[in-house]
Amino acid sequence: MTLEYTKKVIEHFTNPKNVGEIDNPSGHAIEGSPACGDMVNIDIKVDDKGIIEDVKFKSYGCASNIATASVATELAKGKTIEQAKNINWKDVEKELEGLPQVKVHCSVLAVNTLKKAIENYEETIGIKKEAKSIEEKAYDELKNVVNPNTGNMLVDDKLIKEVSIKEKKIILKIDLSDEDLYKNNINDEIKEHLEHLFDVIEIIFIK
Amino acid sequence: MKNKFIYLNNEEKISSNQNKPFVYLDNGATTKVDEETANIIKNNIVEEYGNPSSIYEFGLNSFHNIENVRNLIKKKINAEKEDNLIFNSGATESNNFAIFGMAELGLKNNKKKLITTKIEHGSIKAPSKQLQKKGFEIVYLNVDSEGFIDFDQLEKELDENVFLVSIIHANHEVGTIQNIEKIGKLCRKKNVFFHIDAAQSFTKVEIDVKKQNIDLLSLNSHKIHGPKGIGALYVRKGIDLKKIIFGGPQENNLRSGTENIPGIIGFGKATEIGFDKNEEKVKEMKELRDYFIEKVLEIPNSHLNGSKDDKRLCNNINITFDFIEGEALLMYLNMKGIYISTGSACSSRSLEPSDILISMGRSYEQAHGSVRFTLSKYTTKEELEYTFTCLKESVENLRKLSPLTPK
Repeated sequence: MTLEYTKKVIEHFTNPKNVGEIDNPSGHAIEGSPACGDMVNIDIKVDDKGIIEDVKFKSYGCASNIATASVATELAKGKTIEQAKNINWKDVEKELEGLPQVKVHCSVLAVNTLKKAIENYEETIGIKKEAKSIEEKAYDELKNVVNPNTGNMLVDDKLIKEVSIKEKKIILKIDLSDEDLYKNNINDEIKEHLEHLFDVIEIIFIK
Repeated sequence: MKNKFIYLNNEEKISSNQNKPFVYLDNGATTKVDEETANIIKNNIVEEYGNPSSIYEFGLNSFHNIENVRNLIKKKINAEKEDNLIFNSGATESNNFAIFGMAELGLKNNKKKLITTKIEHGSIKAPSKQLQKKGFEIVYLNVDSEGFIDFDQLEKELDENVFLVSIIHANHEVGTIQNIEKIGKLCRKKNVFFHIDAAQSFTKVEIDVKKQNIDLLSLNSHKIHGPKGIGALYVRKGIDLKKIIFGGPQENNLRSGTENIPGIIGFGKATEIGFDKNEEKVKEMKELRDYFIEKVLEIPNSHLNGSKDDKRLCNNINITFDFIEGEALLMYLNMKGIYISTGSACSSRSLEPSDILISMGRSYEQAHGSVRFTLSKYTTKEELEYTFTCLKESVENLRKLSPLTPK
C-alpha cells in the first residue's frame, strides 16, 4: 500500500501541538484501543466562561493518527464548548490538506475523542444525560465508523437501514454493496465497536 | 486528487539530495540489481532480442541463452536433467501455479486436501482461499512462538486425500527457516507432493531438491539482486502439473507466452553472482544481523520476533517495540533516509499483514508495534550504526506521545 501524506500531515506528525496530559482536567476521554492499532487520549481544561483554555492529547498510532489529534486539539483550543462540539472530521481533514482514504478514520477518531472529552466535562458539571438504552449505546459506538471510500459516516449519513436487537444479539442492515472495496474494513470496525455490548453481531450489506 | 499528495521520497530528493543519507533496509521487499547484471540485461535487450521460437540463428541464440540459465539454476538446486524448471513472472505466479496446477491434478485423482501453514505469503494464502471456496479442504498448520510449524499436526493431517503440502521455506516477515529436510522426508514417506516457497531463501539457505525431497519449488529473481518480473517454478519430472496460462507451447508447453528473455538472462546472472562466495556473504550478513539485533534490544521494552542463529534468515531482523505503532516508526525513519517495512497498518482493521505475528502468539498490540529490517550484501556496519541512532531517538519520541507508555 502506498501512503501519500501531505506536507501538513508530516508537519503535524513530526511536530505535534498540544502533546501531554492535564492535571485535574475538566474533561477527559480515551478512545480506540491498542488492539485496533490506534488510540487517542484527550484532556480539556474549561474556564468559567465555558471556553476551552487548554487541551492536550496523547496518541498511539500511525502518522496520521498523531497528525489528526494534533489538528483536532488546535481547532478546539480557545473555542467555546458549543463551538468545539461542531468541529467535525472534515474540518480536520481540510486543515491537513487531505488524508489518504484509508486514513480518514483517524480524523474521525480524533474528533470523536474530543467530543467524548466534552461530554465527560458536561457530565461532571451536572449536565448529566439520562441512562442510555442499548440501542442508543450501539449508535454511540458506531458514530466513529466511516466508509473511507466515500467519506460517509455510518450513523450521521444514515447508512444503517435497520437494526434489530434481541438480548445479546444485534442484526444490522447497512446500505452498502457487498462488493464495496472497504467492506471488510467496515465490517471489522463495526464488530470491534460492538463486541463489548453484544455476543452475536450480524452485519448484512443490502445495497 | 492524486497529485495533491507528495511522495515523500521524491520531495526529499528534490529538497536535499546532497547530504541526504540513503539507507536501504528493505531487501526483503526487493533488492538493487547488480551493475554487472544490469549491463547484461541491457546488452540482451538491444543486441540479442530475437524470439527463441524463431528457427533462424538469431532466434536460436535466444533459445540457447534461456537453456543456459535453466541449466545453471537447475544445477544450483541439484535438480535432475529431466526435471522441469518453468520460467514465469515471479514467485507469486509460481505459487499460484503450484497450488492451482496441483489442485487440478489432485481432482483427477480424487484428492481435495491441501496442507499449508498460517504464516504463508499472500500468494499462497489467497489461492488457498480460492480453493476453499471451490470446496477443497485446506489445513493451515499452527506455528510455535518462533514461527516453526507444528510437525505433529502435519504428521496427523497427512492422509491419502492430500494432493500437496506447501510450506514457506524462510518466512518473509520474521525470517524463520523451516526444517525442510525433515518435512520433505515425511512427505516422501507418505507419498504426498511437497512444495516450498523459496522466494526469500534462494542463495541464502541451502536448497537441494534431492536431499530435501522437494517436488515443487518457487523461485524469484528480484530478491537476489536480479530484475523484477521474472521467476521460476521447479517441478520434479513425472509430476503432471496442470498449466494455468494458456496460449503457445513455450516452456515445455507449461507456461504460454513469449519468454521474458532479458529477465531470464538477468535472473541467470543474479543466480551466478548470488552463489559466488555466498557462504562468505551469508556469514557477513549474519554478523551484521546479530550485531544490530543486540544493539536494538538494548532499547527497553523491545522484543525480537522469530528465531535465532542458523534458523533465522541471515538478512532478517523483526522487532516489536512496545507502546508504539510500526507505521509511525517507519515514517520517522523514512524522513531520516532509512527505508524499512512494517507488517502493521492501522488502515486495515483486519490485520492481515501481521497475522503471522498473531499466529506466533504475539498480541495485536505487539503485532502493531513490529518493524522489519532486511539487509543485503551491500549493507554496512556504518549504515546500521546510523540506523540505530535514529531508531532509538524515534522510538523515544513516539513513546513520549503514547498514552500506553508507563509513566
